[in-house]
Amino acid sequence: MKTLAARRRSPIALLVLLLLGLTMTGTAYAVFQPKAAPGTSATTVSAEDIEEGRQLFLANCASCHGTNAEGNAPAGPSLVGVGAAAVDFQVGTGRMPLAAPGVQAPANRDQVNFTSEEITQMAAYVDSLGPGPAVPDAQWLDLEGADIANGGKLFRTNCAMCHNSAGTGGALTRGKYAPTLMGVEPVHIYEAMLTGPQSMPVFNDDNLTPQEKEDVIAFIVDMDQGGTAYGGHQMGSIGPAGDTLFIWTIGIGLLIAAAVWLGRKAA
Amino acid sequence: MADSSDYKTDDTPVRQGADAAPPARTDGLPERFENPGLPPHVPRRADVDEAAAKRAERQVVAMFALSALGTLGFIVAYFVVPADARGTVVGIGEMNLYHLALGLTLAVSLSGIGFGAVHWAKTLMPDNEVIEERHPQASSDEDREGAAAILRSGWEGSQLGRRPLILQSAAGALGLFAVPLVLQVAGSLGPLPGRELYDTNWRRGLRLMIDPSGTPIRAADVTLGSVFHVMPEGWVGEEAEEELSAAAILEAKAEDQVILVRLDPALIQSEKQRSWGVDGIVAYSKVCTHVGCPVALYEQQTHHLLCPCHQSTFDMTRDCEVIFGPARRALPQLPITVDDEGYLIADDSFQEPVGPSFWERERG
Repeated sequence: MKTLAARRRSPIALLVLLLLGLTMTGTAYAVFQPKAAPGTSATTVSAEDIEEGRQLFLANCASCHGTNAEGNAPAGPSLVGVGAAAVDFQVGTGRMPLAAPGVQAPANRDQVNFTSEEITQMAAYVDSLGPGPAVPDAQWLDLEGADIANGGKLFRTNCAMCHNSAGTGGALTRGKYAPTLMGVEPVHIYEAMLTGPQSMPVFNDDNLTPQEKEDVIAFIVDMDQGGTAYGGHQMGSIGPAGDTLFIWTIGIGLLIAAAVWLGRKAA
Repeated sequence: MADSSDYKTDDTPVRQGADAAPPARTDGLPERFENPGLPPHVPRRADVDEAAAKRAERQVVAMFALSALGTLGFIVAYFVVPADARGTVVGIGEMNLYHLALGLTLAVSLSGIGFGAVHWAKTLMPDNEVIEERHPQASSDEDREGAAAILRSGWEGSQLGRRPLILQSAAGALGLFAVPLVLQVAGSLGPLPGRELYDTNWRRGLRLMIDPSGTPIRAADVTLGSVFHVMPEGWVGEEAEEELSAAAILEAKAEDQVILVRLDPALIQSEKQRSWGVDGIVAYSKVCTHVGCPVALYEQQTHHLLCPCHQSTFDMTRDCEVIFGPARRALPQLPITVDDEGYLIADDSFQEPVGPSFWERERG
């Protein structure tokens, strides 16, 4: 103790103290800084993009969502804070612009009316209105090293009740439905989890980490590529209703035909 | 074929007396239908035409031969087609070719035998109508009297009529002998459920963990509109998987699974629901009160919670009351709070039994 006390007036002590203080402040800031909103946009977009996006928005979206995307209930909700991911999902899958009001915007992947550049510009405009989830990083979409088995576990816990254990979708209330996941782009699956479109709840990065989201997508893609198709017709994989309908019509019909044939006398 | 006049025969009873006489038939139908007998035998073509019989024979042989080919094809496919071979079948789509080959060859093999046998029976085997008369099955009176005499002499020889105590004690001993048999069956049914149905593994202070990763949840992580599928601390995650048997984990999941959502506190209509949650974050048992399916279809716009099995619908803004479907009780709410580190914990266990009704459960 004595030597320490003796050296405390040394000029080096000041330097050491200064360094220590700076390091601690930095670390403390890193620990205590507020977490950024999940997936907040990090990519840079130019002001031109935003302006282009605003023009596209005014021409295609403003009639329902308001000229400043402030919402125009009940036609369309406010888009402030929904993020670029929501725009990329809704427009990229052909759900928006909505052709006609209905209980649910149907996916229309064959009729996407915008180029990917236009979608990016619209997304940039909506993102500029308020921070929200960004379009996911390509790192989580290449499905390299994804754990399909873990994805299956997560899928059965979080997704299967609505989208069906085979990922082919299912009914909700009053005409709403969970759409099929077959043939959906990985990026759109990711964005749907991130933004929770329409009836779907949000699965933010604290609930399902980006790695877990990638695992889920890998599992869905594996199913799409026939991972569980072991033989015969899948009959849409819509569950017992389809199978039962088949058995009661085709199956029992064949049995009745066989019974009639057996009972008839030969000519 | 008998003509229509044969339906009315001479032995048709003619009722006597005015009160017994049936009303006169005016529609020309007989009063009573008689057995019309068998229609006349019509020979089949194979019975009268040797060429047709030869043709039928060839058809039967062809079907059996087809069956044999199918069986041989099955054996070949079993060894030749790789088990994971895949291919696209016209009209059906991509599928496993191994299963397809085995199924098709087996179908040919079995249907060849079936169709061959039926065709053989229908075209070539004799098809003359045969009547098999039914006869009374009782033994003759002498035999029956003799049997009764033997029984009577046995009863007298046993002296049970004179010494009833033997009969009574024997009946008691035999009756008691049944007890060990019943005991073994009843005893092997396992322990009684006791209070098990009334309680879950949730305890005050247990953290809410994400299923299946087993990570704890900060209140701030539960954003508006998101849904978390939750298990109690210690019953989910890698550590639990190492410590507990798979059966124990599944059993825990069946009763402990909880769904956690954040609602706008202004939407919550029940004071109890609000006070048992944290800033609009509420946790409810995921086990349907109808027959116990996991109620997990959450519509984040309507705040309705649907059961996939029978479409029972619960309104999350109204303390998970049933608004549609066969369920009769609201989903039980799990009281939650936040610990010192900001993680969500259970404030108590469930205050009522979760899941479907059972016999001893209090009604209400």
